[in-house]
Amino acid sequence: MLELIQIYVFVLAGFVGFFVITRVPALLHTPLMSATNAISAISLVGSLVMAGAERGLLANVLGFVAVTSATINVVGGFIITDRMLKMFKRADRAGGQKK
Amino acid sequence: MSPRTLFIEAAYLAASVLFILGLRSLTIPDKARRGMQLAAVGMLLAIVGTLVHHDVVHYGWILAGLALGSAIGYPLGVYVPMTAMPQRIAISHMFGAVAATLVGVAEYWHLGNGAQVGRGTMAALGFEVLFGALTITGSFMAFGKLQELLPSRPVTFPGQNVVSLLMFAAALGLFGWLIHDPGAHPAAFYAMVGLGLLFGVSLVLPIGGADMPVVISLLNSYAGLASSATGFAIGNNVLIIAGALDGASGFILSIIMSRAMNRSFTNVLFGAFGSAPAAS
Repeated sequence: MLELIQIYVFVLAGFVGFFVITRVPALLHTPLMSATNAISAISLVGSLVMAGAERGLLANVLGFVAVTSATINVVGGFIITDRMLKMFKRADRAGGQKK
Repeated sequence: MSPRTLFIEAAYLAASVLFILGLRSLTIPDKARRGMQLAAVGMLLAIVGTLVHHDVVHYGWILAGLALGSAIGYPLGVYVPMTAMPQRIAISHMFGAVAATLVGVAEYWHLGNGAQVGRGTMAALGFEVLFGALTITGSFMAFGKLQELLPSRPVTFPGQNVVSLLMFAAALGLFGWLIHDPGAHPAAFYAMVGLGLLFGVSLVLPIGGADMPVVISLLNSYAGLASSATGFAIGNNVLIIAGALDGASGFILSIIMSRAMNRSFTNVLFGAFGSAPAAS
């Protein structure tokens, strides 16, 4: 009953998401959007298998396009989230933090 | 369980934990940056874990895709001005949704155009391509409106409600038919993808520029659900977990934001369907 376990995982992860997200202050809502956008590019995992498996040229080419798109999402998403969060650095220790 | 499988599952589990910790860190402004760097490490772990998967036999396409994606994604992350953030997030959603949708389509095609697809997998694939397709065009429309490539005012025409509802009903009908008999009607699957794309356009077209952040957040939720459905289809827990986190987050955020704008959530979503939005 693999599917049943998957549904458990989905529902429980959804609850974790709910409890974590409701505690994020409004100040950080834009970085949060950007962060979850970067994380949603986890579909890269599926894309990698499709691009690298022995499943025929069409699957590989579609996989290649998918890997490219998801990588754009991952790389761009995490960099921009970091840039945004850099601006929330507290002034009194701005000098001491790793750049 | 072979050592290789053990390594992959451990990498996925670590990635899932790091994603949750990363989101958790966003509740504390001081720790947010470090936390999101941890989430990025989690993503790297998930990628490395996948690369040693026994189904992955040649790396040419993978390396090419990773290189090309990084070459495009890096400048998108580094040089886009902060003021252009909403449209950048929208276009990024589009790329993520393209990936999820293509994986779904390739999976269906690879399994004999549905002939070897079970009903449960078909349901997962259907959700994947439907959410994915409507996120692709929806995000692109949101991007176009915010970038002012398209008119940012709500675009409506008489009977829009009916057209949208009919498209939605048709997509659901095809979906039901496919679950009933996954392999018999490959054309129905591809038509469903097409309807999903059209529905994404009709969903965002009538929504005005000021309401766009709510829509982008909702599309984030859909992109997450598409990832989750991918996880159901290929039996991968990290996809299910990350997708569920996103789905919950996007949905909650869009509700919070529409409340902050003093608009009801349903009003933002369906208000412009046919009627002019409240002059706010």
